[in-house]
Amino acid sequence: MTTLSRFEIDQPGSVAEASQMLGHYGDQAAIYAGGTELLLAMRHRALSYKHLIDLKVIPGLNAIKARDGVIEIGAACTHRTIESSSLVREMQPVFAELESQVANIRVRATGTLGGNLCFAEPHSDPATMLLVLGATVWIESARGTREIPIEKLIAGAYANHLAPGEILTRIVVPCGKSNHRAAYMKFQIHERPTLGLGLWLETLDGGRTFTAARVAVGCVSPFPHRAPVAEALLTGSRAEVEKHLPETAALIADGADLVDDHEGSAEYKRHLVDVFLRRTFLKAVGLRISS
Amino acid sequence: MKIGFELNGKAASLEIEPRETLAEVLRARCRLTGVKLSCEAQVCGSCTVLVDGLPVSACTYLAYEIRDKRVTTIEGLADPPGRLHPLQQAFLDHFAFQCGFCTPGMILAAKSLLDENVHVSDEEIIAYMSGNLCRCTGYLGILKAIRQASAEMKATWKENRSTS
Repeated sequence: MTTLSRFEIDQPGSVAEASQMLGHYGDQAAIYAGGTELLLAMRHRALSYKHLIDLKVIPGLNAIKARDGVIEIGAACTHRTIESSSLVREMQPVFAELESQVANIRVRATGTLGGNLCFAEPHSDPATMLLVLGATVWIESARGTREIPIEKLIAGAYANHLAPGEILTRIVVPCGKSNHRAAYMKFQIHERPTLGLGLWLETLDGGRTFTAARVAVGCVSPFPHRAPVAEALLTGSRAEVEKHLPETAALIADGADLVDDHEGSAEYKRHLVDVFLRRTFLKAVGLRISS
Repeated sequence: MKIGFELNGKAASLEIEPRETLAEVLRARCRLTGVKLSCEAQVCGSCTVLVDGLPVSACTYLAYEIRDKRVTTIEGLADPPGRLHPLQQAFLDHFAFQCGFCTPGMILAAKSLLDENVHVSDEEIIAYMSGNLCRCTGYLGILKAIRQASAEMKATWKENRSTS
């Protein structure tokens, strides 16, 4: 077994102090939350830090609260906390369900949502669904706070848009409404998903017409992609939307920057997008999936 | 740094380095070699131990995290006189192992599941246990063993409730 290289753990009393520590240590320090991905990368010498700044000791960052039609999830909440939260299960059940299927129970008991999003591992589930739920994140530093859509956080595979000294502190997820239909499905035969597909629909009349739609696909490319062009085809009468699903899937695949990797060829992933758009659509509108 | 924690029901304290993993500390310093190391990437579940009742991968989990928490390893499951935990007995009864390398992790993960909800369905058992891998004997014996332990623990739970 490879032992980790030597480092110190710093315990900030507040987000401002954590930000100052980041500024002070520069490249020598990283924010440490669950550590499920960070420690693995450090063990393999892909990353190396002299200081880990423990976000979990800062009070309040592991809370989940409801406010004005949104759920605020502290960045240090574990996946397990989120999947078991009665608030999330009630207000945005599709996200609670997704969280209950992240990796395995040990990763969920340790890994945090904030860490997952900042690490931006390409084969990760939550970001894809948060894109279609219209989530935002709070970024704090000694200079102040800014709130940005989740699209603006992820920069690429293992890359985020945080500036030096900035820390993701909370994830804001709009609550579901009775006229929303949403689902997330993934395809997984290895340790990590090969594809994840998130779909959100707004309906006027109990599901016969869709007035707005958002769709995103993850794991098949360096980072999850929303497909605005395809979303246009997901609005209108249900019959029309269903008829156009193959074209819609093709548009999602076109915009997703599909890559050939050990999970499969780009062509194979294009096929998966087609299969899983249909399955996710049927799940979202509440039908049994036969295939 | 010095940390205090509870190890298999007893108070413990240790001087640790921040970089030490829980598996390193438990195996090399506490001599609890029931904690197995295999994939070392949080995938296989051999190194599962419980921290405050929840399973973690001790291979990639810093010992720093157990300060003021309860740690349970396979060595802490049997009663002091040596009476096996219902899960341990059920694994024996159903021959739910072959080489036994995955067994400590399997039993601890299952304990966490049943401690949280003893009324589990097969589907829930399979979903919860999907992160613990066995490479010898297959999963049916394991499923049967957890089912049996669940039934026994349910009966004990009812008995305790009626006598209290």
